[in-house]
Amino acid sequence: MAIITYREALNQALREEMRRDPRVFLIGEEVGVYQGAYKVSQNLLEEFGPKRVVDTPISEAGFVGVGIGAAMVGLRPVVEMMTFNFAIVALDQIVNHAAKILYMSGGQFKVPMVIRGPGGPAVQLAAQHSQSMESYFYHVPGLKVVRPSTPRDAKGLLKSAIRDDNPVIFIESETLYGTKGEVPDEEYTIPLGVAEVKREGTDVTVIGYMGMLHRALDVAQDLEKEGISIEVVDPRTLRPMDKTTILDSVKKTHRAVVLEAGAGFAGLGAEIATIISEEAFDYLDSPVVRVTGANAPMPYARNLERAKSPDKTRIIAGIKQALAL
Amino acid sequence: MSFQVIMPKLSDAMVEGKVLQWLKNEGDRVQGGDVLASIETDKAEIELEAFGSGVLRKILAGEGQTVPVGQLIAVIAEPDEDIAGLVSAAPVPSKVEAPAAAAVGAPAAAPPKAEAPVPSKAEVPAPSRAEGKAAAPGVLAAPAPLEAGWVPASPIARRMARDGGIDLAQVKGSGPGGRILERDVEAFLATQAQRLAGAEVPAGEREFEDKELSTIRKTIATRMTQSKAPIPHFTVTVEVDMGAALELRKSLNAIEAQAEKLSLNDIIVKATALALQRHPAVNAVYNKGQVRLFKRAHIGIAVAIEDGLIVPVIRDCDRKSLGEIAREARSLIERARGKKLRPEEYSGGTFAISNLGMYDVVEFTAVIDPAHGAILAVGAIEEKPVVMSGQVVVRQRMRLTGAFDHRIIDGAMGARFLQELKKILENPVQLLL
Repeated sequence: MAIITYREALNQALREEMRRDPRVFLIGEEVGVYQGAYKVSQNLLEEFGPKRVVDTPISEAGFVGVGIGAAMVGLRPVVEMMTFNFAIVALDQIVNHAAKILYMSGGQFKVPMVIRGPGGPAVQLAAQHSQSMESYFYHVPGLKVVRPSTPRDAKGLLKSAIRDDNPVIFIESETLYGTKGEVPDEEYTIPLGVAEVKREGTDVTVIGYMGMLHRALDVAQDLEKEGISIEVVDPRTLRPMDKTTILDSVKKTHRAVVLEAGAGFAGLGAEIATIISEEAFDYLDSPVVRVTGANAPMPYARNLERAKSPDKTRIIAGIKQALAL
Repeated sequence: MSFQVIMPKLSDAMVEGKVLQWLKNEGDRVQGGDVLASIETDKAEIELEAFGSGVLRKILAGEGQTVPVGQLIAVIAEPDEDIAGLVSAAPVPSKVEAPAAAAVGAPAAAPPKAEAPVPSKAEVPAPSRAEGKAAAPGVLAAPAPLEAGWVPASPIARRMARDGGIDLAQVKGSGPGGRILERDVEAFLATQAQRLAGAEVPAGEREFEDKELSTIRKTIATRMTQSKAPIPHFTVTVEVDMGAALELRKSLNAIEAQAEKLSLNDIIVKATALALQRHPAVNAVYNKGQVRLFKRAHIGIAVAIEDGLIVPVIRDCDRKSLGEIAREARSLIERARGKKLRPEEYSGGTFAISNLGMYDVVEFTAVIDPAHGAILAVGAIEEKPVVMSGQVVVRQRMRLTGAFDHRIIDGAMGARFLQELKKILENPVQLLL
């Protein structure tokens, strides 16, 4: 298996799917000549030409709309958000059109479109550009939401997202673009809606994705020295959510901690805690613990930014709370 | 939601406190963290804070009144909430005199009862405290004192208790606010077998009698259910020629210096320990997705006792001589029948042997203890014709049946273990090495 970066994994997925299916095209700000604000679309213009790698003006509502229209008439657009925070200006297109056209047309028009780009907190991007935008989307019936945490997941899940006949919100991460990991040499896809146990353990299930996942794996290694065995579950797809993997894990460990980079109120942790209490209540040994970002806008100052984010100390405290230690 | 305001215990020595001044009046709306009153203790004046929000509905201890620790002094509730029950069911501390000549506004509470619960910091669930406030624990959420039979326990602990027929009131909780956790039920189960006495329920006028299971019978029921349902058992049987083993026993018991006479079971225990050493995969248990391989051979021997059985453990059988095993087994069995075993004498085994040979049982299968990965069932020795070197001869034969946990042990592994045991028993001189 080759070891490549998360960025390269996404680039490979785009290239392979564009070669495989001539209906697939990429559209967004700076995706062509500049080769992507984060260089995910490197060399794609060169290989596929300006009809399939389309640079747009700064007009998210406009080019998301172009994508929806193209998808309705049979193409398979991949729309890049320079950052997912910009999807807020296209929210009407995404929520009221992309997500609902299949339903409101009585099944006559499907929208096989991927909207992808980085999201979530990075480093000193301040209040407007650090948001965990997935929570705005996974509430909406008709959308699928993916958050891949490793190069292998990024490639396999992006290929599945492009082949899916529904609009898929695919949120990457600025801080993960440069991270490396093993990616199979041969052709592969990872199905949407399937979580993965990233580390097996017996005492407590920790659920998290992206930066939180990597922090959880780090903490699991530390706490192993104290004799605490942590199972780490990566949901990978947030909607549809793979409840089975989460529930099976909690039924084994009897304790769960959900990590969220964003604010906790009405976040994914609330949803997962509810699923667990509804479907695994009799297996619980303690209430589900949420470790989340503070309920505040992201500050710009580095020290305050750190204070807002769930760091290792807080994650460890949450785990020990679940274990009543 | 209603909250009881009680006289807090602010020091170990404090048994009563005096209400100096109410800073809120009946009917005032209060927030968690608001100062309700000032209290004078034996050491200092303390501000009493509210832990719950609502309306201060009733003040039960007037200014200047001294009341015992734990006594209800006020009730916070919503304006339309019925608090009559709360006020009348107020906990009254034991061993403390009720306020003499109750002043105006004193509690309309029941007279003190010796057995009434005393809420103290150590015994009641910690109140949900306003964040970051280091205040006196003066207010409890109402349900704790109201529902006398309620025991805080986690769902998995309740499930285990239900499955095992355990009364949670007997289990001590180690979680937040005294919540009974999984580990507490596990600990309780582990020590429960100590209390071997049975409890009888008087028979009614009916045509049948419902009898409570004795504690040990309950434990057996739980353990066996825990075993059969999740452990995929399989069994393998071999027939062993016991001629040589019987000879060995005869010769050893003929030695006068050998005070402790060997039983056949002692020989089987020693042989099993040797076989386990040679097949360590069988000396193992499935443990939460892993296999735990035991390094030592602690062998449990099932002993029938009144109303059940118990499995005392002979430790380090691989390192002990036959004589030592015989001595230890005799003592354990005697004390097991007299219900005198200490918990550490019937726990910590890595393998078990059940012998029904004395009941003329030729062959049977035993149920694996969930703490083990296998069990050996020993049948009676029979005289029977067998063909040896082309001749029909009468031999002493015995059947051994191993039951194994298929999650960690496969058929061939189990078979090889039994084959080893058979070889040892048929060539038992090696037991003396």
